Amino acid sequence: MHFRPDRGFTHRNASEITPREAYERRRDLLKLIGSGVAGAALAGWARRDALAQTARPGKLAPLAAARSNVPGAFVLDKPNSYADITSYNNFYEFGTDKADPARTAHTLKTRPWTVSVEGEVKKPKVYDIDELLRLAALEERVYRLRCVEGWSMVVPWIGYSLSELIRRVEPTGNAKFVEFVSLADAKQMPGVASRVLDWPYVEGLRIDEASIPLALLAFGLYGEVLPNQSGAPVRMVLPWKYGFKSAKSIVRIRFVERQPLTSWEKAGPSEYGFYSNVNPDVDHPRWSQATERRIGEDGLFAKKRPTLMFNGYEAQVGQLYAGMDLKKFY
Amino acid sequence: MTRGAPTAPRCEPIRPLLLRPAAKVALFAACLLPLAWLFYRAATSALGPNPAEALIRGSGDWVLRMLCLTLAVTPLRQLGGWPALARFRRMLGLFTFFYLVLHFLAYAWLDMGLDAHAIANDIPKRPFALVGFTALVLMLPLAATSFNRAIKALGATRWQALHRMVYAIALLGMLHFFWMRSAKHNFAEVELYAAIVALLLGWRVAKAWITRRSAALPPT
Repeated sequence: MHFRPDRGFTHRNASEITPREAYERRRDLLKLIGSGVAGAALAGWARRDALAQTARPGKLAPLAAARSNVPGAFVLDKPNSYADITSYNNFYEFGTDKADPARTAHTLKTRPWTVSVEGEVKKPKVYDIDELLRLAALEERVYRLRCVEGWSMVVPWIGYSLSELIRRVEPTGNAKFVEFVSLADAKQMPGVASRVLDWPYVEGLRIDEASIPLALLAFGLYGEVLPNQSGAPVRMVLPWKYGFKSAKSIVRIRFVERQPLTSWEKAGPSEYGFYSNVNPDVDHPRWSQATERRIGEDGLFAKKRPTLMFNGYEAQVGQLYAGMDLKKFY
Repeated sequence: MTRGAPTAPRCEPIRPLLLRPAAKVALFAACLLPLAWLFYRAATSALGPNPAEALIRGSGDWVLRMLCLTLAVTPLRQLGGWPALARFRRMLGLFTFFYLVLHFLAYAWLDMGLDAHAIANDIPKRPFALVGFTALVLMLPLAATSFNRAIKALGATRWQALHRMVYAIALLGMLHFFWMRSAKHNFAEVELYAAIVALLLGWRVAKAWITRRSAALPPT
């Protein structure tokens, strides 16, 4: 007879090892089954995937989330490091250099914080941030982020579909667009003193764009609450659009009949359109959008990678723009 | 004017220093410091999450700085009464060209992967890049005629006429920088460089105008 030498347990992949957080919860599960709330417990048990997904950096308050079931919620690309995600930010309220927000955003106070949901809705409401956080189950989603400047990242966000909020406030028939307004407080945000943009920062979506499951209202990343420089305490994440379309540090969500004039349209109408969908075939007037540099991943001398139509989310969003001339509606 | 005469006492300690052979060596070494700094930061991963962008922009910044220094030689020489400064003009001009070539190489290599076809497609498509590339092309004949024999072969008048192209190069460089920064409506640095270039070129215009007017005056 032939025996393999005993080398202890061998695992083909590290990912097959049950994460500690998961096995430590087994006892809880057994207890819960015993007490007859197995259904609720199973939902929690399903979280072991999410827990295995991203290790918390341990910098900020944890934010538990389940793995999202939304189509397109998980790209296979490797997420960027927490350090890259939180040190390379375009957030002009804290300065125009991408290193500025990480240095200066500590002055932002994210509690108390309210988000006023108003306009063409049957149930307008001023939400306290903690109430908004508990409005729907939090999900983890790993999205690609393509900046209009020609670079990209992969970020594990935490939040829920904006549609959860839209459903609850019941838009009227006149609600054709959704406008997002960011905080503009010169006391907390040093960049607001500059005339770079017309503050406050305003962004907008067509209501059908805002209602697809992929449109994420985000509260965290990497298993923790959002760092200030990433748009704390609540922001939008629209992975099929250039990054600037995703408003940060939101204080107002307004449902309106007419297309909002966004900050970047106001600043440069020939360069930044209302839609600003990621599109390798429509160049920015001053640079090509055909390729992108993946931060952290591509080496210094690596060729830039091709940019994908709708940033690779065509299956999820393509139908929104069927029949539209995307060169005209850039 | 006091030019040529043994002038202002404040210049006395500086003048002998400028005339020393070691002064050129020191300037050469100083002009290489920005390159060393960029290399050092690249090697130690200190260029941030997007090192390619940092190298392209960093080299571009130094083209503008070297250009301003080059253009400052003549006004400083004449206003400050430091004729010895003329010794350094060629070296500064060539370092401007050196950093411009580095800036282009950083773009061509780090941004375009040295794909000649992609570069040839990219540059004409973007006015901002075209303006920068034009400045590089215009600078080639200046760099190529920078040595003494070229000056002799061309003759001083023709050589000087050719090298006046540096004024056009400076304006193209400023336009390139302005267009780049207009993405963020961030013009603080553009205004600073524009003010310096305007001062350096404006001084020349004013001087030429005064010279012409005094030449036109009837002799008394």
